[in-house]
Amino acid sequence: MEKIEAVSITVEGRGASHAPSPGCSSPSMPTGNLVPLLYEIRHALKRWLDDGQTHVIDLRTIPMSPDEERRLLEVLGDGEVRAGLAALGSSDVTETGFPGVWLVTHRNHDDVLVGRFIEVCQIPEILKSQAEDAAAALQRLDDLLANAETTV
Amino acid sequence: MNKDQTIGEILRSKGISRRSFLKFCATTASVMALPPAMIPVIAEALEKARRPSVIWLSFQECTGCTESLTRSYGATIEDLIFNVISLDYHHTLQAASGEAAEAARAAAMAENEGKYLVIVDGSIPTGNPGYSTIAGVSNVDILKETAKGAAAIVSIGTCASYGGIPHADPNPTGAVSVSDLINDKPIINVPGCPPIPAVITGVLVQFLTFGLPELDDLGRPKAFYGQSIHDRCYRRPFYDKGLFAESFDDEGARKGWCLYKLGCKGPTTYNACATTKWNDGTSFPIEAGHPCLGCSEPDFWDGGGFYKALSKPTGDIGKTAIYAAGAGLLAGAAIGGVMHARKQAAVHKHQRATIDDLGEGS
Repeated sequence: MEKIEAVSITVEGRGASHAPSPGCSSPSMPTGNLVPLLYEIRHALKRWLDDGQTHVIDLRTIPMSPDEERRLLEVLGDGEVRAGLAALGSSDVTETGFPGVWLVTHRNHDDVLVGRFIEVCQIPEILKSQAEDAAAALQRLDDLLANAETTV
Repeated sequence: MNKDQTIGEILRSKGISRRSFLKFCATTASVMALPPAMIPVIAEALEKARRPSVIWLSFQECTGCTESLTRSYGATIEDLIFNVISLDYHHTLQAASGEAAEAARAAAMAENEGKYLVIVDGSIPTGNPGYSTIAGVSNVDILKETAKGAAAIVSIGTCASYGGIPHADPNPTGAVSVSDLINDKPIINVPGCPPIPAVITGVLVQFLTFGLPELDDLGRPKAFYGQSIHDRCYRRPFYDKGLFAESFDDEGARKGWCLYKLGCKGPTTYNACATTKWNDGTSFPIEAGHPCLGCSEPDFWDGGGFYKALSKPTGDIGKTAIYAAGAGLLAGAAIGGVMHARKQAAVHKHQRATIDDLGEGS
């Protein structure tokens, strides 16, 4: 590893765009986990193409410096699909620049990041309409149509 | 709310979509450090689980643990836990008081005999019973009475888990932990002063989905307490390079170097702070420039000073067998006294360690 002076100082957390204040700076060294992670994604993509096996990676469990996190998102890039969920707060489901590799970001009602996953699959499960919700929807439609003259 | 409904049915009746439920399961698995492959398993188990009746007992405590749980990330995902459990008795949160409150506890115990979950925060005084009472009943009596029909006990916070601050030298009330008094029920320790909110809810979800979690030798769920703060600390690279802050205002402190020499207890503290973090995931003490106090470890208050470089016991702490007993693996009452003596001896053996000593074990 190079000299400590060579390491850039970055502020982590929600106030990341603000100027560093004393005692709050979080300088960080690279963990070296970025390239192995990309290999894991590569192998998962190969497995999905070969035998349809899907794969999910929880990014919160892999230590990475803020620089590495930013670099990961840059390298994966943006693809053709960008979907938003409104379920217990917002979630972004985007296909990366590598088709078949999705980035799923969950936020709570306060817009705080509560989970970030990479999914290798045709379409992330959470994007699909769920049978349980559809069954409830059918019931609601029936109720609506039962009194169509007043409700529609 | 009908107790025979499954959690899945209850959530749907409250208008919580299946997608929201999947999101809850995904983020909970993440907090529990479970592999994402477990997300569908959690979803299926939780969907079919029935809400357990929960009786929450508060003894010698500061209510910080309840604060932690209720202030968790605003009204969001952790909020769901209150749909997932039936909190039948909690004298700080419940509307009822006096006889009505105690009647609620008695009713929950009678209706759910052998199935209810007891959550305890606070240590229990064994000196004068008058040191801490609820409705005129001593903490020891109310704990023993309530534990009798419980499926399991969750000790929330360091006080309930290990005695905590009331247990600190000279322990004027004779404070002890839950596992010092109860040895015939599974006990899950969730220490911390207070514990991380997401860890409290995570342990409850884990219990509902998979039953008793795998515990370490101090009775803590390994999913949350399996790694030391030090091993997951973002300042660890500085430790490995021997770069330390020597005071709170020197160059090292400003550059965010390792706080080991300022007394950080990260190397001997097992908790999820470094990954789960606090205050909406903003930071944790070390990130704010302060050493870890080791608040989730037994006897953290008597560790010889928060700002003294770490000392480590040379003897065997010896609580292992007691907590194994608490988890229902051994009948531990007989050996309890022996283990207590060994623990005291270990405490007296605390001595200053050098960085080189620490390197041996890490």
